Amino acid sequence: MRLGFALIAVLVLIAIPYFGAGMGLGMLFGVIIPYLALAIFILGFVVKVMGWASLPVPFRITTTTGQAKSLPWVKRDPLESPYNGWETFWRMFTEIVFFRSLFRNTKAELKEGRVVQGSTKFLWAAGLVFHYSFLVIILRHVNYFVTPTPEFVTWLQFVDGFFQIGLPILYLTDIFFVLGVGYLFLRRVGISQMRYLSLASDYFPLFLLLAIGLTGMGMRYLWKVDIVGVKELAVGLFSFNPVVPAGVGPLFFTHLFLVSFLIAYFPFSKLMHMGGAFLTPTRNMPNNTRAERHVNPWDYDVKVHTYEEYEDEFRPVMKAAGLPLDRDPDGAAKPEDANG
Amino acid sequence: MRDMPKILLGLLIFVLLALFPVIYNAVTADAGTPPDLVIETQNVPGKSDCVIPGEEMRTKHMDMLMEWRNDVVRLDDRYYHDDHGRTFEKSLTNTCLDCHSNKDTFCDRCHTYMEVDPYCWDCHVIPQELEGGTR
Repeated sequence: MRLGFALIAVLVLIAIPYFGAGMGLGMLFGVIIPYLALAIFILGFVVKVMGWASLPVPFRITTTTGQAKSLPWVKRDPLESPYNGWETFWRMFTEIVFFRSLFRNTKAELKEGRVVQGSTKFLWAAGLVFHYSFLVIILRHVNYFVTPTPEFVTWLQFVDGFFQIGLPILYLTDIFFVLGVGYLFLRRVGISQMRYLSLASDYFPLFLLLAIGLTGMGMRYLWKVDIVGVKELAVGLFSFNPVVPAGVGPLFFTHLFLVSFLIAYFPFSKLMHMGGAFLTPTRNMPNNTRAERHVNPWDYDVKVHTYEEYEDEFRPVMKAAGLPLDRDPDGAAKPEDANG
Repeated sequence: MRDMPKILLGLLIFVLLALFPVIYNAVTADAGTPPDLVIETQNVPGKSDCVIPGEEMRTKHMDMLMEWRNDVVRLDDRYYHDDHGRTFEKSLTNTCLDCHSNKDTFCDRCHTYMEVDPYCWDCHVIPQELEGGTR
């Protein structure tokens, strides 16, 4: 059901531009929607991050999976329980660049009637493959956005198409991208616990990414589009001089619409882990609570009613009732109790 | 709040990266205006139309060249017969470059614009260079 909803949503998103672009709406799908999407992406991203940044995180809430700094002869784990900024930097670096926490992924299995915990690296591997393929694909696409083409794109194209398979040369990252997204999807449907946990908002981005990848690959390898027109349109967009060349075809508009939808949807979805990974308070803070006192700078000035004030208020009554008093009835403090 | 400078720096980097194409195009001189992709084809007497219509050729020439190469090299199938009863030799140098002898304006303009680096010329001789004796 949740899977079906996501699938139908993506199919609708494919149908809209595929049939819409043919009806003389090239300006809408080629210029207006991409501009709106880019604006929503950047503004939405900034607003979301600023919202997180404005939340108080007064204390060190680091989650650690290693020995904290202790006595000098206790072997410690600087990456899993960083003590200073430098160690925290490396912890964040390895997380963002190598997805270190996914490397610890485990799975529980029943083997001969006993629960066995084992290491499973598939999520980590597929995650790495998918994310880096996607990064290379995005960087390669800079070729379409700017002119003249920067040097790094030429190098990426050369390395990515190193084996010169077919013509146009097959980019290996295209294959890795589909395999990566494919595994991330199969993992959700193939593992019963994952299927139980998965929501439409988990399936939807996967289907959307897959649709973007397949429409893009379709244009390159199967149903060729006028690539020069495509670049004219994209360069026009990124130099605020929009043009919609004739004959770029519905497949391209579908690809562009799906990408526009993806980036507009980005700030409101789980995809914001791109920014969130940097702002994870359980990971981006040194675990030094044993060495330093952290005072909450946002402590609310709580209005308190101390016992002294209470006694001052009710002294005659308390005296009359025979209750013990810290101070004399005339208000003179006993020496040891001054100021409580 | 203490981390605000760091977060703002990170956001600035994000925005700059996201707008990299805009900034790049604003800096480079020729951005915004699509390059002149007018293709001048030399008229050869007795030959008027291309092997397939230009519209199709624009998107499919690489497929055709690949097919021709495989036919000739692997199957010894050297001639292409079209629907109008015409016959062409399956040869880049003898058929394509016979009319389109202006590689620098015909081939290279689009390829440079699209940053495509076809490996045709790893083996094939470029006509002008042959005449100029530079190879």
